[in-house]
Amino acid sequence: MKKYMHDLVITANEKLNNQYFLLKLTLNSTLPDMLPGQFAEVLIDDSPTTFLRRPISINYVDKQKNELWLLVQKVGDGTIKMAEYPIGKTLNLVYPLGNSFSNLLPNKKNVLLIGGGVGIAPMLMLGADLKEKGFEPVFLLGARSEKDLLELTDFTQYGQVFTTTEDGSHGEKGYVTQHSILTKQKFDKIYTCGPTPMMKAVASYATKNGIECEASLENMMACGIGACLCCVEDTKDGHKCVCTEGPVFNIKDLKWQI
Amino acid sequence: MADLNINLGGLALKNPVMTASGTFGYGFEFEDFVDLSRIGGIIVKGTTIRHREGNPYPRMAETPSGMLNAVGLQNKGVDYFINKIYPDLEKVNTNVIVNVSGSTIDDYVETAEKLAYLSHIPAIELNISCPNVKQGGMAFGTCAGSAEEVVKAVRKAYPKHMMVKLSPNVTDIAEIARAVEFAGADSVSLINTLLGMAVDAKTRKPVLSTVTGGLSGPCVKPVALRMVWQTAKAVNIPVVGLGGIMNATDAIEFFLAGASAIQIGTANFIDPTITMKVIDGINEYLDENGFGSIKDIIGALEIAD
Ligand SMILES: Cc1cc2nc3c(=O)[nH]c(=O)nc-3n(C[C@H](O)[C@H](O)[C@H](O)COP(=O)(O)OP(=O)(O)OC[C@H]3O[C@@H](n4cnc5c(N)ncnc54)[C@H](O)[C@@H]3O)c2cc1C
Ligand SMILES: Cc1cc2nc3c(=O)[nH]c(=O)nc-3n(C[C@H](O)[C@H](O)[C@H](O)COP(=O)(O)O)c2cc1C
Ligand code: FES
Repeated sequence: MKKYMHDLVITANEKLNNQYFLLKLTLNSTLPDMLPGQFAEVLIDDSPTTFLRRPISINYVDKQKNELWLLVQKVGDGTIKMAEYPIGKTLNLVYPLGNSFSNLLPNKKNVLLIGGGVGIAPMLMLGADLKEKGFEPVFLLGARSEKDLLELTDFTQYGQVFTTTEDGSHGEKGYVTQHSILTKQKFDKIYTCGPTPMMKAVASYATKNGIECEASLENMMACGIGACLCCVEDTKDGHKCVCTEGPVFNIKDLKWQI
Repeated sequence: MADLNINLGGLALKNPVMTASGTFGYGFEFEDFVDLSRIGGIIVKGTTIRHREGNPYPRMAETPSGMLNAVGLQNKGVDYFINKIYPDLEKVNTNVIVNVSGSTIDDYVETAEKLAYLSHIPAIELNISCPNVKQGGMAFGTCAGSAEEVVKAVRKAYPKHMMVKLSPNVTDIAEIARAVEFAGADSVSLINTLLGMAVDAKTRKPVLSTVTGGLSGPCVKPVALRMVWQTAKAVNIPVVGLGGIMNATDAIEFFLAGASAIQIGTANFIDPTITMKVIDGINEYLDENGFGSIKDIIGALEIAD
């Protein structure tokens, strides 16, 4: 897929809670095609501590409004700065990058999308895409507490949503892998993105139950386009670039101890 | 439109802007962003005699105005390069230069010999300065004796242009440069990365799997400029300057300090179109300041005595 470097304009910067915000961006021409699971490398304004671009997943593309959404968690200098960006400001993106979640085969109808924390970001785009293709995705979203569950109304547009929170303030109490839906319903395919310990627990569940599973990794990146070899993941086939051969991997190719 | 042509010790460059090894892949990674044929020279990834997996992840740490890397020369080996990558590179209409690294002198010689047969590779860049490998690499480039020895050995095996990439991790860069010139190098390029380290106070662990790594980006530019200036005064072969070049003005500074050509490294990660901008910017600078040729500003630094 062709990659671009564009200046996009911020049309909205919604504070979702103290930690998370949603940036909506538009372009003066039609946005390029993007696939679920792909990401953008965002340039943070000239600042010594945010020298490299920041990789952020494509959360959603609103084709009618020609809008690209980025769901971001404040963790350090770069994301804290982005949280303050005003409407009308331009943001320089190199995008769309990486592979994508693989296409679902017609015989794998029962599909579960598991997202944790900011890892729910690519799940919205993936869910929308699956729905458009005629599948009925089921979402299982996990967070610390109710206020950290984001974009729930958006998710419900594309499928059934189940939740877990660590404090029990929304959905079932506990971790995503403890949710009762996993015992009640049979799934043929799981897509997951979230903190590594969560994805490993999901991978372990999938492996034990013979379910095909793809996970989206978040290794530290410098270039995002396969030039520096900084982002590698050790796979059964040697070091692979997470930015070009990933971020989505079939868990059977990873060397996770699960 | 000023004349940007450079004759780099027999190697004809359509302009003095090259890409630094390990930061531009094989060029194809940037095809959506740049016209590869406009670049003066593409220096591809560090290539070794055999396949190397490189160092374990994490291999990168961001630092103020720069980054540390510890990639460790991950590449599929010279035979793979020749069979699988070179055929595509043959279609790229500019100088494609291979960066050669090794653990032993024989490794360097054998790799260079194989590359000598490739008609579309007019030059190699001998990397005697990689800080991220346990054996060889920088060890060759930090002592005049061993630098001379490896360059001499490769000189016998490689008839085309041999650029030698110097390490900044030395006390006297001029001494090493002179040794390399004496051993038969056609040009020298500098600097490779500066040995550095990052510590995570939260986890009380090093950030890089290898503990130490190579520092690059704008934070190294003052050191690079100083070394280019010292080297240009010390040798008669052309000097290729690099280290922290982020824009055309940075590049001009290197020419003034004595570089006949420059390389762009880490900046490619921040702006994948940067090579095009630097070429255009150099041209504008020359036009605006009434210089007809890039040669007019090489070593033109005015120092009051
Ligand atoms: C493919 C990919 C997709 C991503 N998608 C999203 C997304 O949709 N939304 C989102 O909020 N974040 C996402 N991230 C993570 C995001 O890139 C980092 O949180 C961000 O770079 C941190 O920048 P900073 O300047 O705020 O923090 P820094 O000051 O750089 O770092 C603060 C802390 O965050 C950690 N951190 C930095 N970079 C990463 C990283 N790449 N992965 C994990 N932890 C990191 C550091 O270890 C450090 O402890 C994604 C990362 C990748 C690789
Ligand atoms: C990720 C990365 C990989 C590199 N790999 C190589 C390499 O294989 N061979 C080499 O000679 N130099 C390598 N270098 C060093 C660069 O070519 C260059 O000398 C250095 O980064 C300084 O220039 P810069 O500040 O413009 O990046 C690498 C640098 C980086 C950042
Ligand atoms: S981040 Fe540079 S190769 Fe992946």
